[in-house]
Amino acid sequence: MTGEAADPNTAGTPAAADGAGAGAEVIRVERVSKRFGPVTALRDINLHVARGEILGLIGDNGAGKSTLIKILTGFHRPDSGRILFEGTETRLRSVAHARSLGIETVYQDLALIDGLPVYLNLHLNKELTHGPLPFLRRREMRRRAREALDSVGIEIPSVTAEVGQLSGGQRQAIAVARSVHSDAKLLLLDEPLAAMGAREGTQILRLLRRLKQRGDLAIILIAHNYSQVVDVCDRVNLLQHGEITFDRRSADTSVAELLELVHAEYRVEA
Amino acid sequence: MAEAETHAAATPAAAPGPGAAPPGATPARGPGAALLSALVRRRELSIVLVTIAAVVYFSVAGGKGFNTTNNYHIIMQYAAPWAIIGGAEALLLICGEIDLSAGFVYTFTPFVLTSFYDAGATVPFALIGALAVAAGVGLVNGLVRVLFNLSSFITTLGMGFFLEGMSYIQSRGEPTQPPIGGGLQRVIGGWRWSELVWALAIIAVLQIALSATRYGVYTQAAGGNPLSAAESGIKVGRIKIATFVVTSLLAGFTGILDQVRVGSFDPTSGGNTTMFMAVASAVIGGTALLGGSGTVVGALFGALLLGVINDGFNLIGVNAYAFDVVIGIAVVVAMLLNAYLASLRKRALR
Repeated sequence: MTGEAADPNTAGTPAAADGAGAGAEVIRVERVSKRFGPVTALRDINLHVARGEILGLIGDNGAGKSTLIKILTGFHRPDSGRILFEGTETRLRSVAHARSLGIETVYQDLALIDGLPVYLNLHLNKELTHGPLPFLRRREMRRRAREALDSVGIEIPSVTAEVGQLSGGQRQAIAVARSVHSDAKLLLLDEPLAAMGAREGTQILRLLRRLKQRGDLAIILIAHNYSQVVDVCDRVNLLQHGEITFDRRSADTSVAELLELVHAEYRVEA
Repeated sequence: MAEAETHAAATPAAAPGPGAAPPGATPARGPGAALLSALVRRRELSIVLVTIAAVVYFSVAGGKGFNTTNNYHIIMQYAAPWAIIGGAEALLLICGEIDLSAGFVYTFTPFVLTSFYDAGATVPFALIGALAVAAGVGLVNGLVRVLFNLSSFITTLGMGFFLEGMSYIQSRGEPTQPPIGGGLQRVIGGWRWSELVWALAIIAVLQIALSATRYGVYTQAAGGNPLSAAESGIKVGRIKIATFVVTSLLAGFTGILDQVRVGSFDPTSGGNTTMFMAVASAVIGGTALLGGSGTVVGALFGALLLGVINDGFNLIGVNAYAFDVVIGIAVVVAMLLNAYLASLRKRALR
C-alpha cells in the first residue's frame, strides 16, 4: 500500500515541484454555501487545489475555515454548490467515505495514542497481521514505519519510542506522516503550527515542502502565522465572513498585505 | 514485550537527528546501570525481583516449613484465583475501566451451576450454562458502561451488591456441596495442581492477546486516548464490552475452579476480598489505574507476591491483621515505583 508512495526516488516530478497549477487538479469547490439555522457560515465558496500545490487558508476566527474543512472531510454536507474530486463531481457522504477517496485530515488534537510506540500509531487501525491469524507483524510494521518516516525526512530517535515521549513537533510530524502513509491525495492540516515553537514550526514547514516536492499530494493548510503561510504556500485564500475575498499566489503578495486585509475592518479609530 | 530487543535495532536509521540521542546511547556503567535500564524497559521486572526477595526472606525467616511442596501448594491456593481475575482486571484497567463486581461473580457463579444441575441439566451443560451467565454479567456491565456512559466504578459497584444478594438468595445463606464429581472434577480444580495449570494457561493467553494481537493494541488505545482511538476508527465501546465479558467469564470460572477444589460452594467466599486482591495484584504487577498500558504477566507475579507474603506471615507467626497493612503499603509503593520508572523512561528518551 505504501511501497511506491513512500519511495523517495520516485518522488517529485520537476513539473509538479514548480508550484501552482503544475499538477492535475485534486479538488475543486464550486459555489458551495452552508447555513446553520439563521447563520450563513459559507457563501458561494470557490476553491481549488492541484497536485503538488499547497494552498494556505487564512481568516479570522469564525470566518468559516472550520466549516469549510469539515465539508471537505465529509463531516458536513453543503446546502448548495458542488465539489469535484479529481475532476468528477462527488458527494462526500461521510468522513469514512472522504477518507476512502484519499482525503486525510490532521486535526489539532493529532489523534495519536501517547502510550503506543510510533510504528503502531502509524498503523493504528491498519495493523498488519499474519494473514488469517490475528497476530501482529511487528517487525514488518516497524520496517514500514521507518521507511515512511525516512521518505519524508522525519527524524525521531526510534520507531519504538512511545509517542508520548516525543516533542510537539515530532508528534505533529508523525500525525502528518500517518495521513500521507495511507495513500492520501488531499491533505487537510488544521492549524498544525499553533502552539509550536519557532524551531519546531520550521521543521513542520520543511516537512510540508518535502511532501509538496513529491508532487503527488495536494495540501490545504490552515494557519494564523502569515509569514509562515507566505513562506510555504503556493497560493493564499482569505476567508472573511463566509466568503473567499482574496486569492493570490504567495509570490504576488506579502505578509504586510495579508495583515492589512485581515485587520483593516477591525482597526481602532484614533 | 518485543520492545527491548528492537530499541537497539531501530536506532541506526534515525541516528542523524540533532539532539535526538537514541535510548541506551548512554553506555551502561557496570551491572547497576544495566539493571536500572532493564527495570526501566520491563515493567514486570521490578515485581519479579521483589517476589524473589520475599521468597528468599521467608525461606530464611520461615524455617524449614517454607520450602516444602505442601507449602508451595498453599501459596498456589492463595495466588491462582487472584492471578486469573487479576490478569483480567489488568486488561480492564488498561482499557480504562475496572470491575468491582468480579469477586461477587466468583461467589455467584457456582450457585448458578447448582441451579442448572438441580433443574436437571447434566454437569457439563450446567457448567456451560453457569459460565454463560457469568459472561452475561460482564455483558450487562459493559453495555451499561458504554451505552449510558456510566462510570464502570458505579456500574460494577451496583452489580457487585446485586450479585452478593443473589448469592445469598440462591444458597439460602448456606454452603452447599458441589454437584461436580468424577472426571470433570479432576479437570476443574480437583487435581492437586490443576488451579496452577489453569492460572498459567489463562495468563499466557491473556498476555498474548494483549501484546501480540490487534485486540491488545486497541485495548491500549481505548484506555490511553479514547477520543483519538475513535477518530482512528477503533470501536472503543466494543473493545471495552468484550473485556468486561472476559473478566466476568474468568471470575465465574475461577469461582467454580476454586470452590470445587475446596469441596464446598460458599456464599461468604470471594466477594470484595477476592476483588481487591485481584485489583491489587494487577496494580502491584505494574498496571496503572489510569489506563493505556500495563501487563498481564505482572498481575501473575503480583498475585504470587501477595500469596507468598500471606503464607510467609502465617509461617513466621505474624498477626493476620498485619497482612492488610503490608498490602496497603505495597499498593501505594508499587504505584509510586511505576510513576518513577515512567519518568525514567521519559528521561532516557529525551
